[in-house]
Amino acid sequence: MYSYSEFDDAFLAQRNAQFRAQVERRITGALTEDEFKPLRLMNGLYLQLHAYMLRVAIPYGTLNGAKMRKLADLAERWDKGYGHFTTRQNIQYNWPELRDVPDMLDALGEVGMHAIQTSGNTIRNVTADHFAGAAADEIADPRPVAELLRQWSTDHPEFQFMPRKFKIAITGSPNDRAVTKAHDIGLRMVERDGQAGFEVIVGGGLGRTPMIGKVINDFLPQADLLPYLEAIVSVWNQIGRRDNKYKARIKITVHEHGIDEIRRLVDERFARTRKAFSGVDQQMLREIEGHFAPPAFREGDTAPYDQALQHYPAFRSWSDTNLTAHKHPDHAIVTISLKAHGATPGDASAAQMRLIAGLAERYGYDEIRISHEQNVILPHVHKADLPSIYSALRAEGLGTANVGLISDIIACPGMDYCALATARSIPVAQEIATAFDDLKREHDIGQLKIKISGCINACGHHHVGHIGILGLDRAGVENYQITLGGDHTEAARVGDRVGPGFSADEIVPAVERIVDTYLDLRSDADEAFIDTYRRIGLSPFKAALYPETRVAAE
Amino acid sequence: MPKPFTPKVVTANHLLKGDVIYQTATGWTRRLSEAEVLTDEADADLRLIEASQQVDAVVGAYLAEVKIVNDAPQPVHFREEFRATGPGNHAHGKQVELR
Repeated sequence: MYSYSEFDDAFLAQRNAQFRAQVERRITGALTEDEFKPLRLMNGLYLQLHAYMLRVAIPYGTLNGAKMRKLADLAERWDKGYGHFTTRQNIQYNWPELRDVPDMLDALGEVGMHAIQTSGNTIRNVTADHFAGAAADEIADPRPVAELLRQWSTDHPEFQFMPRKFKIAITGSPNDRAVTKAHDIGLRMVERDGQAGFEVIVGGGLGRTPMIGKVINDFLPQADLLPYLEAIVSVWNQIGRRDNKYKARIKITVHEHGIDEIRRLVDERFARTRKAFSGVDQQMLREIEGHFAPPAFREGDTAPYDQALQHYPAFRSWSDTNLTAHKHPDHAIVTISLKAHGATPGDASAAQMRLIAGLAERYGYDEIRISHEQNVILPHVHKADLPSIYSALRAEGLGTANVGLISDIIACPGMDYCALATARSIPVAQEIATAFDDLKREHDIGQLKIKISGCINACGHHHVGHIGILGLDRAGVENYQITLGGDHTEAARVGDRVGPGFSADEIVPAVERIVDTYLDLRSDADEAFIDTYRRIGLSPFKAALYPETRVAAE
Repeated sequence: MPKPFTPKVVTANHLLKGDVIYQTATGWTRRLSEAEVLTDEADADLRLIEASQQVDAVVGAYLAEVKIVNDAPQPVHFREEFRATGPGNHAHGKQVELR
């Protein structure tokens, strides 16, 4: 993984000192809140419903044991003993006090972490496939490029005061696990005639106007990446709308001008930006690639794994759901579920973080990833070590065998924490997970992604959930709208709204009716929910959800 | 015709702790039950201005609607109910601190 250079350390120390002085000036009243707000947001500090919230960047979701331990230390010392992993592969602390935040940032600096550009109208933390560097289906590890983008975009002078925030995601696998089509820019690593390059997708996004990104360039040679992205961002920075924040994202710019016109403008701009890049960026990329060299995968007998599979049903069940094929056949990718039934999706205690850090160091080549699905990944584990890892995880409440199933729910913090929320998300997720666990139905139901957002901004990715739930405030009462058939993969699609929303009491029964309909109508047990939906469409689900409407129509 | 003025309290977040506070006749409290209930619109506007001027103590002051139950103010909107009690998923926040 990338480790900071002397230059990086000096930059971060200077930035933290600057923010410390800004906090002091706010506390004395020398800065008003209006003056302070943009400064604190640049450093990841929000003021939420009940407290400040510090959003710490986990660049492209990559951590090691030391970094995870530091996150645990922060949770224990300055929070209430836990942290919340988010759909942006970040971690949020819900309870810091203003005076302590500079100390938290200095503590993060000790392990090369920060909260810069996790908010504000800047280029945000670059996200990536959480199986990067490990997946059997990968063309190339996207993290060196993601790190290059992090260095390029951090404190980039031209891109600090843009029309709105800007998010970039990258995948090195044709199976898109990074939701690239729902980002301002999505990058898919591709090869053409032996040459490495990118398919560049622009103008995707969720929020109040969900859009699936469009291909602006189907093959961009690797060396052209930074000047090309600089061209895209600077074209948008000039023509993106600043008159209306709801129309400011690049998805609206692309929609209003058309992808062909945007491509023309970008090409025109690129002709100028390209000359400014002398090749130093490519030298830097080569140097960064050295930091991401794959570990020397150990050889060994996988018999202990095969034996445990045979004799230990709980382990087998966990292996079925929580393991993914690794590029090295003796190894596996472990997804640690942060979705224990009834728990808050994405929350991890300090003790859990420390356990994960220890497991990564002992068994996992000191590598950890955070997924946008709010789980933790040990990307490289020799199969012989899986039984020991499973036992250790179980003992700390981390052994839930539900990855990809109905209880593996994405949920934003919602109105339990967030000042923007219009309804709660967490209790809906908790109740759905508990309801299906009580009936022990989720393994029968199979792959099904529920994604819940507590407001229209869609941090919970509800538009691309197989079942999406959006919490709204309808005349002073929480109300939940359902969408079906959303898809977050390379076949990205925005879900279809089923009809009027449901109250907090009605939402779990409504999800149960959807699932019952699917179980009745699937062709066989191997047909996943999303495939059944693609085959039969919205109508049968609508009929199950609104029987009174059907009767009236008849 | 303008809507009749309903009872309000001045609420904000504490600058240092960030938590929810309510204005009293003499200062601030963390308990909604102790908040000063404002029943006159002009008075409420004035009290909000006074609160907003305390830039080194409070953040984001505004008027929140309340109803009076057993002589004490209670939230009208569910958002204010959550602000008054803290998050529901963990046993901490105001519901524990104020016990």
